[in-house]
Amino acid sequence: MSVPTKLQEPHLARRHRIGKAFEWVCCGSTWFGVVVLGVLLLSVGWKALTWPPAKAKPANNSTATVDAQSTSAPLSTKFFSSYDSRKPREAGILAAIWGSLWLIVLVALFSVPIGVGSAVYLEEYSNEGRLKRLIQVNLSNLAGVPSIVYALLGMTAFVKMFGFFTKDEGKSLVINLLFTTVDVPLPFDRTLISGALTLTLLVLPTVIVASQEALRAVPSSIRTASYALGATQWQTIRYQVVPAAMPGIMTGVILALSRAMGEAAPLMLIGALTYVAYTPGDITSVSDIFKNPHGLLDAPFDKFTALPLQIYQWINHPRAEYAHLAAAGIMVLLTILLLMNTFAIVIRHKFQKSTRW
Amino acid sequence: MSLANVASPLTPPKAGLRLQKQFSWVRAREACVRAMLLGCASLSLLTTLAIVYMFLTEAVYSVTPDTTAFFQDVSLWDFLTDTEWSPQFADKHFGILPLLCGTFVIAGIGSLIGLPIGLAAAIYLSEYAKPKFRRMMKPVLEVLAGIPSVVYGYFALVFVTPYVLRPMFQSLLRIDVDIFNAMSAGVVLGVMIIPTVCSLSEDALRAVPRGLREAGYALGSTKYDVSLKVVVPAAFSGIVASFLLAISRAIGETMAVCIAAGQMPRLSLNPFRSMETMTAYMVGASLGDTPAGTIEYKSLYAVGFTLFVITLGMNILANWVMNRFREVYE
Amino acid sequence: MTFMQSFTELVHQRQQRESAKRIRPVETEFSKLDVRNLNFFYGEKQALFDVSMTVAERAVTAFIGPSGCGKSTFLRAINRMNDIIEGAHHNGTVLLEGQEIYAPDVDVVALRKRVGMVFQKSTPFPKSIFDNVAYGPKVAGQRNHKGLAEIVEQSLKRAALWDEVKDRLQDSALALSGGQQQRLCIARALATNPDVLLMDEPASALDPASTSRVEDLIFELKQNYTIVIVTHNMQQAARISDWTAFFYQGYLIEKDHTQKLFTTPKKKQTEDYITGRFG
Ligand SMILES: Nc1ncnc2c1ncn2[C@@H]1O[C@H](COP(=O)(O)OP(=O)(O)OP(=O)(O)O)[C@@H](O)[C@H]1O
Ligand SMILES: [Mg+2]
Repeated sequence: MSVPTKLQEPHLARRHRIGKAFEWVCCGSTWFGVVVLGVLLLSVGWKALTWPPAKAKPANNSTATVDAQSTSAPLSTKFFSSYDSRKPREAGILAAIWGSLWLIVLVALFSVPIGVGSAVYLEEYSNEGRLKRLIQVNLSNLAGVPSIVYALLGMTAFVKMFGFFTKDEGKSLVINLLFTTVDVPLPFDRTLISGALTLTLLVLPTVIVASQEALRAVPSSIRTASYALGATQWQTIRYQVVPAAMPGIMTGVILALSRAMGEAAPLMLIGALTYVAYTPGDITSVSDIFKNPHGLLDAPFDKFTALPLQIYQWINHPRAEYAHLAAAGIMVLLTILLLMNTFAIVIRHKFQKSTRW
Repeated sequence: MSLANVASPLTPPKAGLRLQKQFSWVRAREACVRAMLLGCASLSLLTTLAIVYMFLTEAVYSVTPDTTAFFQDVSLWDFLTDTEWSPQFADKHFGILPLLCGTFVIAGIGSLIGLPIGLAAAIYLSEYAKPKFRRMMKPVLEVLAGIPSVVYGYFALVFVTPYVLRPMFQSLLRIDVDIFNAMSAGVVLGVMIIPTVCSLSEDALRAVPRGLREAGYALGSTKYDVSLKVVVPAAFSGIVASFLLAISRAIGETMAVCIAAGQMPRLSLNPFRSMETMTAYMVGASLGDTPAGTIEYKSLYAVGFTLFVITLGMNILANWVMNRFREVYE
Repeated sequence: MTFMQSFTELVHQRQQRESAKRIRPVETEFSKLDVRNLNFFYGEKQALFDVSMTVAERAVTAFIGPSGCGKSTFLRAINRMNDIIEGAHHNGTVLLEGQEIYAPDVDVVALRKRVGMVFQKSTPFPKSIFDNVAYGPKVAGQRNHKGLAEIVEQSLKRAALWDEVKDRLQDSALALSGGQQQRLCIARALATNPDVLLMDEPASALDPASTSRVEDLIFELKQNYTIVIVTHNMQQAARISDWTAFFYQGYLIEKDHTQKLFTTPKKKQTEDYITGRFG
């Protein structure tokens, strides 16, 4: 590239060559992730789409058409509308989808108020004292705790409740709401609520830290202006600071939820890994909610499965056909995660555009 | 000045406009809200306490009568030195070494792959890449980080082992590669930690002041020299912290490892055989629905405790290093 | 002495405008605020040294002085905005109508409702124009929408902004021009119906036209409010204020009737400053 001049020492060219090579190595490393991502998606997609195997179709044409209708080819409607089955051709992800949906909703319900509340306390109320430092250090350590340890915690604290209630007595707490009653099993046992609470503990540090960052990004002039108008601290937070930080908080929350959605490990020990042929609260469609609104209250105390668990179960299955089902499940899971991430990015983007302080 | 400070007559305070605090619902709500938010914030402390309480009572010393904790049944010495882990057999052994071995072999392979690639990518993004390329690459890395670990496990099982490892090692080098093997688990683990290493190291590299780079160029260094001999050493502790966090993640990683490496506790260094990590054991034990109170059940807590202590130690170390790094440049 | 003459002229013009508008002369005032021996510290750093001054009711008091001399600090001490700053502390007394505002039983929120503040940089909330102005009354417990709408209209009218925004009250306040934003902030402060209005360089970021609108506004407002204004523009001080106080390095050097301070300053530093010999 450069013309050698007398000024150049002889080994300068070599140094430039080394530099160039180094740059290529680094550039390659950057692309490595992209390549792996591509290969991963292709191989999983290929596995998912090569089902049912062509060979399995009998020669007889008439049965073949019947067969094609009755198999739950991955990504066909039947795949979404059937429960898991011992026959790979009939297995689907209905229970898993609803389980995951319930988990996400419950985790959001638990983690958003608590997470944003903690962040508000840390950023707006606590002055830089020992307590704040302690909580902050604690948060960064909790964020590094492996998910399987949370699983153990969930099993001990929610499924078994530290053994405070013995399971044999089959105790349950009947909560009287105005119109109806809810049976709350104690301990929670291997139900949706145990799983949701466990995942909540898992994502809380992420939600808190993301919310803190969003709150910190709100310019202090907003707070000052609000105080100057005679607003109290909570009014300032509630009407000015939190709304201004909302897009940032939402982005963080959605990313955290999408992480929770893909987590299988914390749910393993909760024991959600059983064969489940029903959906929480027996709700399989939106219209079921109107037909049986009580199902909404029962659902958190039902046994459940979830997408990543169903996928793991299929991966672990000795019959090779289930590998294809697992791939199909993975495609569904990845699509949902991609949608969630896109949503988060859209919010972030819109927020950056629309707000100038 | 004299005129200025001659006290002119004061306006009498207007009635009903007193400044004094009075009881009001607004003030009461203020206090309530504050207390509630403090409650939320201390929940994270409670979580930590619950984890510690759980491990102490289930693994170290039982507080409920008639039950024993794991280390009341199995001596710590046996746990740490026995070379066999066989809780499900009649002749039970509880030596953590095979599990530790599996964990560290796999995390080691993952680190050997993930750390250099992650660091190189970070150097490229912070020193060489155009801003546009960076903006394009960051979301890809985020996606990579967002892929669930079951998916990586599946990828290892159906792609890495049959299409990468077997052709390379079994066909060419005549080394037997099990279907479940530590190598494939290590490889995907390496991929999984790349985003962590890359983004944290990049932050560290970018925090190095411009002046330092310019000083390097002024001395006639090439970009390569500046990157590798000025910027990287200056960001060294930040990079180390990112490595530690990544390794700690690798050690705690569960599903991918459990799917790809299998569940065969083995004290060996052969990465082409099936191995069991601490995390995989915990998953496996939960599959068989071990009844509470049995020694196998309690062993879950012992293994979990070991894992917790190791990862916590690494995280604390990483945070300490990171803070030292911040002190230098902020 | 031409500069002094020009100031005299400005002050004279003002007095003519006052009498034209039948604004009562400033001599009959009471003092609204009485500050005694105020020392103010940011952590170790002392920002105000033994400042004593009274502030006249229903008059405009201007603070002038070189940058960093403590004008804003003093202003913010009057409605306790400094409370939010970590490590800030003080000694001395600040009396609002004879009540010590730093007394332990004083409710800061009640104080700030009575002592409004407008900042140098306009700080509209990222909400609609209506919500911006209605915010103060809302947090004070006014829930009735009709009442709010009335307050909003009146405040905007008083801030001379109503005609420009009356058709787009629901638009984002961030879409207003800089001068409009500043008047919106004034309207917002007026909506809480304070007695005292503190303004920290309210016109420093504005073009001449907007500046003169804001000045007119201040001139009008002083019939009902006690106004304290910080300014770097001495013509502005001469144009609008009845009293002027000169700060230097944390000390109050001199406070006097604006005309006296600009024509016959008692202190050498004041004279040097207003003649432009430093600062
Ligand atoms: N939050 C703060 N923390 C520490 N010191 C501060 C703070 N705010 C102001 N100071 C210091 O107090 C002194 C007085 O500041 P102040 O803002 O009152 O000056 P000012 O007269 O308003 O200046 P300007 O005309 O530039 O606005 C300055 O030396 C400043 O550095
Ligand atoms: Mg100032």
